[in-house]
Amino acid sequence: MTTTATAPAVSAQRTPTARPTSRFRREGVVKAMFLAPAALYILLFFGYPVVKNLVMSFQEYTTKTFFTGEAPWVGWENYATVVNSGLFWPAMLNTALFTVGSIAGQFVIGLALAVFFRRRFPLSGFLRAMLLLPWLLPLIVSSATWRSILDQDSGILNEFLASVGLGAVPWLNSPDVALIAVILVNIWIGIPFNVTILYGGLQDIPEELYEAAALDGATGWKSFWHITLPNLRPVINVVLVLGVVYTLKVIDIILGLTNGGPANATQTIAIRSYQSSFVDFEFGVGAAFSNILILISLVFAIFYLRGNRKQVDE
Amino acid sequence: MRTRKTLITLVAGAAVLPLALAGCGGGGSASSGDPDTLTILDYYNNEPDKTLVQDLLDQCAADIDVTIERESVPGKDLIQKVLQRSSSKTLPDVLMLDNPDVQEIAATGGLAPLSDFDVDTSGFAQGILDAATYDGEVYGLAPVVNTLGLFYNVDLFEQAGLQPPTTWDELKETAAVLTSGDQYGIAFSAIATYEGSWQFLPFMWTNGGDETDLQTPENAEALQLWVDLVGSGSASESVINWSQGDVKDQFVAGKAAMMVNGPWNIPALNETDVNWASVQVPVNKVGQTPVAPLGGEVWTVPQTGDKAKQAKAAEFVECMSGDDIELQAAESRFTVPTRTDLIPEYVEKVPSMEAFAEQVVNARSRTGELGEDWPEQATVIYNAIQLALTGKATPDEAFEQAAKG
Repeated sequence: MTTTATAPAVSAQRTPTARPTSRFRREGVVKAMFLAPAALYILLFFGYPVVKNLVMSFQEYTTKTFFTGEAPWVGWENYATVVNSGLFWPAMLNTALFTVGSIAGQFVIGLALAVFFRRRFPLSGFLRAMLLLPWLLPLIVSSATWRSILDQDSGILNEFLASVGLGAVPWLNSPDVALIAVILVNIWIGIPFNVTILYGGLQDIPEELYEAAALDGATGWKSFWHITLPNLRPVINVVLVLGVVYTLKVIDIILGLTNGGPANATQTIAIRSYQSSFVDFEFGVGAAFSNILILISLVFAIFYLRGNRKQVDE
Repeated sequence: MRTRKTLITLVAGAAVLPLALAGCGGGGSASSGDPDTLTILDYYNNEPDKTLVQDLLDQCAADIDVTIERESVPGKDLIQKVLQRSSSKTLPDVLMLDNPDVQEIAATGGLAPLSDFDVDTSGFAQGILDAATYDGEVYGLAPVVNTLGLFYNVDLFEQAGLQPPTTWDELKETAAVLTSGDQYGIAFSAIATYEGSWQFLPFMWTNGGDETDLQTPENAEALQLWVDLVGSGSASESVINWSQGDVKDQFVAGKAAMMVNGPWNIPALNETDVNWASVQVPVNKVGQTPVAPLGGEVWTVPQTGDKAKQAKAAEFVECMSGDDIELQAAESRFTVPTRTDLIPEYVEKVPSMEAFAEQVVNARSRTGELGEDWPEQATVIYNAIQLALTGKATPDEAFEQAAKG
């Protein structure tokens, strides 16, 4: 920035006839024109929904509103309804467990697979491509398939457990197990994303570092801890923060597997938001739920930004 | 730069949910300008219903001399579509609604009362009129309705030398006898959606329970029946995740000897080798009248602002509930005519529908008592079922606990 600011000043001294302000202005206009489409796009497709959602959460916005256009202002009433509903805190807890469990599983398995595929071996390319499969399937198909796999009476998973001498697990039928089952399915879905990004990050770590470390005697776990992890840190940050944001808002998998049941054992804030809006048609309450979710996402975004700044300062 | 990009991505990610919630309107064709063309919106988007209904619509279009432009959307999208169309003032001239939704939509002011157009609403089964009545005005007519009954596998019953059960005790005994290996005695849907509540209603209402006060011994007794069936192993623990479609699949696969389900499954059942028959849902004690919930779709006239066209639309709705159309619809789609005087003639023609036709006469609509407040109670009902069947609450406490949700 400093170079562009001083350069015109110097030229202005040399040639007094030149008019730096107009050149400045023209440059500014060009810059603005480059920016305008993106700014407009963001304003229209991200700004408007966010603001609209915020406003909606302070209104009594129901089916009537669509016909009459009237949405009376109710202040914090929707938020009070949300927080005082019996399902709010259980849903918060489930959201936390679901997010932490999914991210931990996806990340650890994803990183392990990414490191594994760093080595070249026959068919490694093919296998890596196959890993993307869960990502390519529509979520509604995945959840329907998993629902039949996890079926208590005739699901293939329980048949397998029975064949190795274990009892049937009520995967989706017991309130104590259902959340774990849903997390397991979500881990399966999230692995491709983690592998892909982490594998890309691994490619950027220069081979020389490992060679140099090997000369100093750092191989295996040591080279992983002291070379791979530190060099992968920016990529890990991206994977984790995006993972949290994606996982917080998961609804299709849960709707497809359990619909929030059994006995509300898999209710999350996202599910509450969806059900308030599109099952109960209480759009104001649904908006309040989703704003709480956005707020949680923002907290993670801030953590992420601060983490990155520190890294730059270092 | 990198951080800014990521921030934008984050905002984008965070914005996905509200985007969905804002339910951006627009799209869809407006009420057509041509005075002799009626636009129609319904949710019969699957075969064979789509074609069967088209046939009836064409007959009425010819009858009152209009052309029709029909749009069919998936069932779960209909209400969202209606709300979008309401806000963009592009409601169709004739709108089909599932009967429990009629009062909710009528309450928005989006529908015209049929009395505005002097439509005769006498002669219909009271239950379905109640569903379409809001603030004393009838807003729509249903040509046909359906309800729930008990289907049973005739071969399995004959092998075991059993008669179809008529009381809850018989139901429990029969189900226990017919449970062996991976075959359960009975299947029903106790899923955590309105579908689960709908399946529970025949048991709850027959036993004298009522949706205005859920915390009663009658309702607890009905819930106890379901808990006993699952607890004794006569029904699978998976019932809490089964939709009615899943229940049908279990029955067809021979994994359930009986099922609680509706006549819309009959076309699919007839395509299989299963030798089935149906009876009314069993009652708790001999002498009780089986009371089942009414299902079925209602044709309504939205407020489009074009009075002349609305009058035409009302004529169309009236035609769709004429004697001839009702009988055709009932026969082809295995439903029951809503004009009660047609029922004897109908049962003679389609004997397999006898149990359902009997059931319809005493059947009640879900929204008859509570109107737009029904969904709230329906939620409490399915939550109570889930709590009781998973052992999180006893049937006595379940409704109270669910009401706190």
